[in-house]
Amino acid sequence: MITTDILIIGAGPTGLFTVFEAGLLKLKCHLIDALPQPGGQCSEIYPKKPIYDIPAYPEILAGDLTHKLIEQSKQFEPGFTLGERAQTIDKQDDGTFIVTTNKGTKHHAKIVAIAGGLGSFEPRKPLIPNIADFEDKGVEYIIKEPEFYRDKKVVISGGGDSALDWAIFLSNIASEVTLIHRRNEFRGALDSVEKAQELKNLGKINIITPAEVKGILGTDKVTGVAVEKKGEDAFIIDTDHFIPLFGLSPKLGPIGDWGLEIEKNAIKVNNALDYQTNIPGIYAIGDVNTYPGKLKLILCGFHEATLMCQSAYKRIFPDKKYVMKYTTVGGVDGFDGTRKEAPKAVVKAIQ
Amino acid sequence: MQDVNLKITDRNGVTHDVIAPTDMAMNLMEVVRSYELAEEGTIGICGGMAMCASCQCYVKSDHELPEMSDDEDAMLAEAFNVEDNSRLGCQIQITPEINGLEVELAPES
Repeated sequence: MITTDILIIGAGPTGLFTVFEAGLLKLKCHLIDALPQPGGQCSEIYPKKPIYDIPAYPEILAGDLTHKLIEQSKQFEPGFTLGERAQTIDKQDDGTFIVTTNKGTKHHAKIVAIAGGLGSFEPRKPLIPNIADFEDKGVEYIIKEPEFYRDKKVVISGGGDSALDWAIFLSNIASEVTLIHRRNEFRGALDSVEKAQELKNLGKINIITPAEVKGILGTDKVTGVAVEKKGEDAFIIDTDHFIPLFGLSPKLGPIGDWGLEIEKNAIKVNNALDYQTNIPGIYAIGDVNTYPGKLKLILCGFHEATLMCQSAYKRIFPDKKYVMKYTTVGGVDGFDGTRKEAPKAVVKAIQ
Repeated sequence: MQDVNLKITDRNGVTHDVIAPTDMAMNLMEVVRSYELAEEGTIGICGGMAMCASCQCYVKSDHELPEMSDDEDAMLAEAFNVEDNSRLGCQIQITPEINGLEVELAPES
């Protein structure tokens, strides 16, 4: 069991900055994120996009902002559970929480701060009526172990890098690879497109365009897919696996079932006070929350994180009095033993 | 200041006549959000960077719209419910040239 003072769900900019603000109050943080690396949508969706409204940065790339936030939080030694999604939450008799991920990792915390941004990024699923019936029975949205497909027939759909790359990779493993795309053009790296063309010419990949998978066949497991190609009658391809690769899409996910008050796909909080949700001890900060006048801006998330940490401190230490200090005055004591402070000037008496 | 008139059919099939300003650097997705024609959280998820297809719409009138950028084209290549007249609302700026534009919001996916 991982134990911490504040469990932060979401390792985007707001979650990462919470580590720093909590650290100033000597509170330890642990972060959970469904993505395999910290940074949230800044690092996952648009690392190369410039942001212009971060105070003191006339312009900063989203990926660079993430790196600087990680650097800033390091002195407070946050823990990370990455590549796992916070699944369930259980409030304990003493008011603390146990949060379990989809992979069974348990976290015990005094405070839970949801900084989930737009939610967890989940595979975008094609609109095929019976697709849910075949999930993990031949339909996979993510390729975890390529060897799983050895000597199997595989149909991949999608037109981006992921679909191209896996079609190329699996052509050496699977007995048959078919790549189906709705357009004739593929939007992947030039190398990948050329490689796929070469493999098609060699007969190692079957490419069908412009076409879409419209149905899945089978009883207990996938045995084939129904394909509609423009200008032709629908036809069936026998296959063992159907792998739709259409990128990721953000969803609120299991947090939506935690008994939190939700409004317009966001978590309602008390912004007049401390960004706490309707469940005492659970806060929501950043893009995931809503309140009158809410603005989904990174800088607003930073502000919310700061106030939330002050409230969390009072909740954890109700009898302690804390006086807020400027870092220019109090310095920063890292959990790693480092200390940063402004150099003291020596004042000598003037004779 | 010049306003333009738009016809936007929402995801329930209801057509709304809306007036949009041309001097506020708005795009069609933002107009839909400001008139609350789609539920918050279901449109403009990426904030208008052509990185999700939540603002996909079908262009019904024969207006000549600016050419698709590579980003928009790539996103529509991955999206669902895409038709020949699909565009991303976030990439359609509100300009005097689109006065009278008629669009229908694509289904949420």
